[in-house]
Amino acid sequence: MADLFTILAVTAGAVLFLAGTVGLLRFPGTLARLHALTKVDNLGLGLVVLGLMPQMGLLAAAKMLAVWLLVQFSGAIVTQILARSARGEGER
Amino acid sequence: MSPVLLFWLAGSGLIGLSVYGLIVNPHPLCKLLALNLLGSGVFLLFGVIARRGASAGLGGDPVPQALVITGIVVAFSATAIAVALLLRLHSEAGEASIDEEEDGQP
Amino acid sequence: METAFDIVLALLLLGVGGWSVIARNMMTAVIVFIAYGLLLSLAWVRLHAIDVSLTEAAIGSGATGLLMVIAAHKVAGDTKRVVQLSRGFHALAAVFAALVAIGIAALAFVLPGEPVSLAAPVLARLPESGLGNPVAGVLFVFRSFDTLLEKVVLLLALTGVWALARDEDWGGVPGLRLFPERHSVLGLLARTLPPIGFVFAIYMTWAGADVPGGAFQGGTVLAAMWILVMVAGVRKAPRVSSPLLRLAIVTGPVVFLLIGFLGFLTPGAFLAYPEGFAKPLIVAMEIALTLSIAVILGLLIAGPPKGEDAP
Repeated sequence: MADLFTILAVTAGAVLFLAGTVGLLRFPGTLARLHALTKVDNLGLGLVVLGLMPQMGLLAAAKMLAVWLLVQFSGAIVTQILARSARGEGER
Repeated sequence: MSPVLLFWLAGSGLIGLSVYGLIVNPHPLCKLLALNLLGSGVFLLFGVIARRGASAGLGGDPVPQALVITGIVVAFSATAIAVALLLRLHSEAGEASIDEEEDGQP
Repeated sequence: METAFDIVLALLLLGVGGWSVIARNMMTAVIVFIAYGLLLSLAWVRLHAIDVSLTEAAIGSGATGLLMVIAAHKVAGDTKRVVQLSRGFHALAAVFAALVAIGIAALAFVLPGEPVSLAAPVLARLPESGLGNPVAGVLFVFRSFDTLLEKVVLLLALTGVWALARDEDWGGVPGLRLFPERHSVLGLLARTLPPIGFVFAIYMTWAGADVPGGAFQGGTVLAAMWILVMVAGVRKAPRVSSPLLRLAIVTGPVVFLLIGFLGFLTPGAFLAYPEGFAKPLIVAMEIALTLSIAVILGLLIAGPPKGEDAP
């Protein structure tokens, strides 16, 4: 049961990673690319972490959760900064 | 082919690539980048040597690993000096270039 | 399955490394180089060298990458990048580089069949020092002289960088001013992240005696937090003539040297630790070094002192 959950969640996360990467490469404009990237950050990594949690001990699971939260936080802020500078300087 | 050998081949490929970049890229910053890449390729060779020496329950020989750690820090120090020199050159001459004709020297 | 992963990783390393060499735009080359560094630290994990992996991610990719980004940003207008080299010259360089690569790759097949390893001797003597991490043992017990000299190299590099300041700027504030005004969003990050980073850096240094980690990695995390604070404009960089700053810079090497000379008194050799006191002395050294490494790395990235008006 736990293994099945892991396989499903990690696969879904990997699919999001793939989709986000394709978006990063194919989307026109900085803002659209950032939009693709945030999906990878939030949901992709989140699903991978969620999927791996039942395979780990409690401490390791908590550490992974902390990693995800930190990525969330810094990702959100870096995206803001990039988007602001993209709007300020116009599309390149 | 063992995975250890694979990283040896990757390391030597990286050394080749960065030697090429070191020769053909005219800008000093690109040369610096290529030099860092060259260093990391050499470190990777050290890593393969360390992995081959895995014994006594360790995943690798700790001595080459410690050498690489020291090497990374020293490489960073050298890069920091090089970047500072490059930026000073840039602010003095308006352009960071190592083209000799630009300076009017033979 | 693992071999397949290794093959993909090796090909990615070559591809991304090659991309950063041939990228037309300098900033692209630098950003690709940072990505390359992260891939490389993954390769180090595959080579069972977690300590090296942490160092590569922190210093090889992070700190070097940051230096390069700042430099690439400042020299972005340079046109010398597109010097026309003849096609023949390119081909000649490619042939030469390929020969070098093939030569080194061929060495793999003449490596001695019986791997040479110092792992067993290191493990045999390691318990005497009380450390659990063999790499930390090599760095601080078996090769502590190299580690001391490496700290001196960092100090010399900082002296060299500072020496490049203009005469009138000497003693001033390092010229790391990426944002002309205080950036509100970045300010939030710079106020929230440092406490977490601080705890993490202390953990990394402390745990480094027994598991992968240690003074460099912890120091780099601290330096990253400090740079974040400086870049966001929450706190200004200190003047390089500040006595407190200079004290922080030399604390690590001085403690290292003092403990080294202490070795003359009890066991009778430079950098030898008195019996039973090896671990506490090493931990004291690591704590002092973490502080110094953090300050030196931050200042190396911040660059030479620069006047307020000279951008």
